This record gives sequence, C-alpha cells and structure tokens, in this order.
Amino acid sequence: MSDVLRADVLRATGIHKSFGDREVLKGVDVTLGAHEVVALIGASGSGKSTLLRCLGLLEPIDDGQIFLGDEDISDPRVDGNRVRARLGAVFQSFNLFPHLSVLDNVTLASRVVHRMPRREAETRAAELLARVGLADKAKDHPDRLSGGQQQRVAIARAIATDPEVLLLDEITSALDPELVGEVLELVRDLASEGATILMATHEMAFARDVADRVVFLDAGTIVEQGPSASVLRNPQEARTRAFLARVTA
Amino acid sequence: MLIAILSTAAFAVIVWATVINTEGWAKVQQGFFDPATALEALPKVWDGFLINLTVLGISIFTVGAVALLIALLRTLRGPVFFPVRAVAAGYTDLFRGLPFIIVLYLVGFGLPTIVGERIDELFLGILAVTLTYSAYVAEVIRAGIESVHPSQRLAARALGLNHVQTLRRVVLPQALRKMTPALMNDFISMQKDVGLISIIAGLDAIARAKGVVATTYNFTPYVVAGILFILLAIPTIRLTDWYTARLREREQSGSVL
Repeated sequence: MSDVLRADVLRATGIHKSFGDREVLKGVDVTLGAHEVVALIGASGSGKSTLLRCLGLLEPIDDGQIFLGDEDISDPRVDGNRVRARLGAVFQSFNLFPHLSVLDNVTLASRVVHRMPRREAETRAAELLARVGLADKAKDHPDRLSGGQQQRVAIARAIATDPEVLLLDEITSALDPELVGEVLELVRDLASEGATILMATHEMAFARDVADRVVFLDAGTIVEQGPSASVLRNPQEARTRAFLARVTA
Repeated sequence: MLIAILSTAAFAVIVWATVINTEGWAKVQQGFFDPATALEALPKVWDGFLINLTVLGISIFTVGAVALLIALLRTLRGPVFFPVRAVAAGYTDLFRGLPFIIVLYLVGFGLPTIVGERIDELFLGILAVTLTYSAYVAEVIRAGIESVHPSQRLAARALGLNHVQTLRRVVLPQALRKMTPALMNDFISMQKDVGLISIIAGLDAIARAKGVVATTYNFTPYVVAGILFILLAIPTIRLTDWYTARLREREQSGSVL
C-alpha cells in the first residue's frame, strides 16, 4: 500500500446500493484524508444520505469496499458494532434519546460501549457541553431544548468518543433559519481543530468556506469533485453548473 | 359542583326508593346480602383470597419474563430467525384465541393425568395464568417496541451499541412508557382472572365461598369474594386512569414523552 493511501482515513470504492428495484448508488468512489473536510452536495434523492449511511455501516452495501484506515470494514466478518464505535454520525433530525438527560445522551456510548467509568465520562461530557455552549442544560431533557441546541447536543454526543471520522447528514436542514448559524459555527470550530469530516449539506456558502473538497453527487454517481473553491466557482460539468444555478438562485 | 351533588343525591334517593319498594327485594337482600352469613364466610374467603393473591403475585413475574422473551423473539430480524419468529407468533395466536377456562382444564386436570401424579394446585394455577397472559402481554410489549421510532435505533447503532444494548438502553425504556396503560389493563384482567383457578384449586377465595354457600344455602359468600376482588382492582383501575390522563396531557403539551 502506498503512502498516499495510508494517509486516507476513509476510502470507499465502487459502492453500489439498491433499495428494491431502485439503484441509489451506482458505483461511488470517495476518499477522506486525515483532517480533511469534504462536503457532499447534490439534489435531494441524489444518494447523499444513503452514501453516508453506507460508509457508517448503518446500511449494508450491495457491492464495493470500504476501508477505515487499513481495515476493510465492508468485510462481512467484521464486527460492525466495533467499527461504528470508531465513527461519529449526526443526523438531520437530531435523534437524541428523549428519555435521557442531555448529559446521559452524551455519556451513553462512553459508558456502555467504551466501558468508561461514569464519573470520567461525565467529566468529559461536561467539558464538551461547555464547549458547545450548553453547560447549563446538562440536567435537562432534550424536549426542553431548541432545535439548534438539540443538534449541538447531538454533535457533542457524536464526538464524545473521539471518532476517527465524523459523518454529518444535512444537520441543519431541519432547523429554523435563525438556528442554522450556531450549528455551522460549531462544525467550523471542529474543522479548524483538525476533525475529519464528511458532510452532506445544502449550505453552499458554508461548503465553500469550510470544506477542503466538494463532491457533487447526481443520481447515484459522482459527477464532479475537487477543491471547493474551484468546483463551486468554476464547475466543469454541465450537471454541476445546472445544480449550482438552481440552489444559489 | 353544587348541582352535581344535588343531582347525585336526588338520583340516589330515587334508586333507593325504587329498589326498596320492588317486590322481592327482601328475598334478594336475604339471599345475597345477609350480614350473618357474610360474617361467617369472611375469614374463610379471606384465607382463600390469600391464595389468589399468591398466584397473582408470582404470576406478575413469570408473565413478565415469559412475555418479554416472546416479544423479543418476535422482533428478531433476518431469515435465520424465521422459525423462532413463527413459533413465537404461533404461541401468541394460540393462547390469545384459546378460552382461559380450556387452558385451566388442560393444565389443571390434563397435566396431572398425563404425568400420573398429583401436582401442587398453586403451581398449576400459576402455569395456566402464565401461559395465557404471557400471550397478551407479549403483544403489548411488541407493540410498544415497534412504537419507538426507527431513528432512535439508528442513533443507538451509530454510537456503536449492539442489539442488546440498544434494546436495554434506548428502545425498552421508551417502549415501557408507551405500553404502561395497556399493561395495566392486562393486569386488571389478570387480577380477576386468578379467581378462575377455583376450578382447579379447592382452596382459593371462590372455592371457599362455594363451600360456605353449600352449607348455608345462601349466596352472600360469593358477594363477599366479589367485593374482595373489586377492592383489589380499584386502585389499579384508578392508577391506570390517572396515568393515561397524564400521558395524554403531556402529549398535548408537546413534549416527546
């Protein structure tokens, strides 16, 4: 294996995925280098969410390979739970656990999966909550929080176990417009601190500012990818131009 | 409030006057509500009632364990587990369809006959109640588990929790809140259905009442046993009403649970 490949944190090749007769991913290749932030753009239904779920082993793939570091995590013999414990995922609809306090939401995986003592997990979670600006909400239940606050808790929950890769699936799409900023600001901070992030997003200005690279997905295939500034300012493919014209209009 | 009190009082007077003046009331009173017979029957019926309570108390745990097991078997995914799911589904179909009295006959009389020796009646009663009620409760638990949104399971899996951890930490705690009213209704049914073990057990409240009825030729002991069962059920009924109302209130105020 070459040094270039070794530096990749996540590398997927030839990913195929169908739901019944509908082929959602038609052979997708994507790589994610260490500390790289990649924005996944494309219309609704282009396969962004499915790709993120396949990479996070939350959806079985029909064909292709996924490497996390040097390990082929698409091998059926691999223990999926162990792999998922090394990844962080945040969803459009937050999916916080309503029966647990904010603090317990953040510490659950540390305590149950990583077998960290409760006190240690809670100290760490308190730090994270302070960092996302929600130290005073630790004892509250999620239904007392605004959408933006819930999504920030979801991010704290995802990073509590120091994941190697953060998969963000349109995490601002379900938020009221005035709450989008606080969540994007947090992602920007994580990126500047060196997190490795693959994010599906409709926020083109944010992708241009924060992402190192942009991948444009259309109808289950990657049409164009490259440095964010060049893809977003100077797209080479007609389909990319048409998409960008629609979303920035 | 005042109108309600006046109306209730007026209604009570009318009912009382009507009943008292009905021809045959004296006979009803003597046959069903005779104080002397009630006093004579009460200690015996109470002794028997303790047996019903024992069966109920133990059955709560056996039904809970068996029902949870069946419900979890029915939620197993994948073609490998098809036979397990089929057996669990067959069990719930069978025992929800089968009249409880037939289960009692088969277990209470059939089983000792097949085995060829005497089996403790308490054990047989608990077995019959458990077989039947596990089927109902398993369905309630399964419905509760399925009512938890799939995105919750997804979030738990994304954190690396395995199937059992996901069930224990995320799915079941949420399911339990949703299924509590239905579980309590099944519990109320169970509280009175433990009375049916008098068919196989000669020592429970109803069997003891029957014994007194046979000697006094007065039906008051049945009423005494009935009152004991009602007194047992009322707290659960009120609690269920209160809890259901509270859940509805919370849902309407917009919180998730």
